[in-house]
Amino acid sequence: MKEQSTYRVKKGMAQMQKGGVIMDVTTPEQAKIAENAGAVAVMALERVPADIRSAGGVARMADPEIILAIMETVSIPVMAKVRIGHFAEAQILEELGVDYIDESEVLTPADEQYHINKHLFKVPFVCGARNLGEALRRISEGAAMIRTKGEPGTGNVVEAVRHTRMVMEQIRQAVYTPDDELVVLAKELGVSLELLKKVKQEGRLPVVNFAAGGIATPADAALMMQLGCDGIFVGSGIFKSADPAQRAEAIVQATLHYNDPAVLAKVSRGLGEAMPGLEISSLAHADRMQERGI
Amino acid sequence: MAAIGVLSVQGAVSEHIDLIRRCGAEALPVKKPADLKRLDGLIIPGGESTTIGSLMKIYGLNDAITVRHHEGMAVFGTCAGMVILARELLDGYREQPRLALMDIIVRRNAFGRQKESFEAPVLVKGIDTPVEGVFIRAPVIVEAGNAVEVLAAREEGIVAARQGKLLAVSFHPELTDDLRMHRFFLEMCRA
Repeated sequence: MKEQSTYRVKKGMAQMQKGGVIMDVTTPEQAKIAENAGAVAVMALERVPADIRSAGGVARMADPEIILAIMETVSIPVMAKVRIGHFAEAQILEELGVDYIDESEVLTPADEQYHINKHLFKVPFVCGARNLGEALRRISEGAAMIRTKGEPGTGNVVEAVRHTRMVMEQIRQAVYTPDDELVVLAKELGVSLELLKKVKQEGRLPVVNFAAGGIATPADAALMMQLGCDGIFVGSGIFKSADPAQRAEAIVQATLHYNDPAVLAKVSRGLGEAMPGLEISSLAHADRMQERGI
Repeated sequence: MAAIGVLSVQGAVSEHIDLIRRCGAEALPVKKPADLKRLDGLIIPGGESTTIGSLMKIYGLNDAITVRHHEGMAVFGTCAGMVILARELLDGYREQPRLALMDIIVRRNAFGRQKESFEAPVLVKGIDTPVEGVFIRAPVIVEAGNAVEVLAAREEGIVAARQGKLLAVSFHPELTDDLRMHRFFLEMCRA
């Protein structure tokens, strides 16, 4: 009579996050600031992406100690990241009881060929994507939520915009492709025909789609929402800024009133210094996290 | 045609709008107090109750909804919406901003964390066969006042209840194609 962790339950959990902001935090104190600011969830990390970038070396799943301390502090859902393909890290996070796992390119990939078979887990997964092909492949593997990859830790929204526009353009292409030509499009995108048919029918991804990777200001959040994203991940953007609590609140309000310039103007005022940004062209190819896990 | 608002602060808004339209009623998103005019009913969707509660307060929706409810507007809370309606919350969440219109004591995340989330049919009083119940980090009612009619319960607690023109359920009818909970609410709006 009771069916646990069905795909509808996993996908539904992401639907409950829509219109909200998910914030990267590294301590229970930061998690509390995020919750008080109105975050719908927190991502528990050892380092935010900007620090992962500057530290270099291999970035791995956070210490369970940190994740558990954050879980004990807040009542909102807690997410945590695993390396691409590292299903043992995912087993550990599931055991800890995190509410969502991000199989993330921000960490150093553990497998250059295969992602985790996410169907095998009770906990839902979110994965990054730069285009419709990546998004639908991750969904085939069991992802219950998609986010843009953007370029994490840069405070530069340009890549998240590129990825969102690309996904939207390819969805429009699927919608206008006649049924008898859909097989060829599925082949070109490297995705299952069945999923592509679903996209054509519904005119959107079959799961919730958030923006991530480079969002640093309320205006960035509003931009991504107006481009059609369902919600916002903010990584380094909050706790690398001058006044995290105020900026967190401002980004939450901008995500709610994304199409109301009067509110956006009001919440954007006097936030202090944003995180320092990085020009994407200044990144060496090996430092572009978005190329990981396609 | 009944006009039903869906509180559009955060959460499963479009899903509710879709189901209301499929029931043949008019559905309107509610972001600001002015959006509450002329509504027969309001749905508070699933989402994060802390986020929804604090944003409602910032934009003056709490008071506006309470006023409209006392003028006769029905209110239906699903999951987080149940928490928002509760007079009392257990486990240290007493201060969490909410409407507190309904005489119920609610426990948040009563079934555990996300991996304990589940689906199970729910037999609701007044609906002849069980409705599809999708429970996601769901709350339950642990105590209900005399004016509250219990519509469905599991061993963990009450999962559906009604008090006058207030309706609260622990689960997410908006994630299913089962329109009967929404039709039940539309009947309440007409009464």
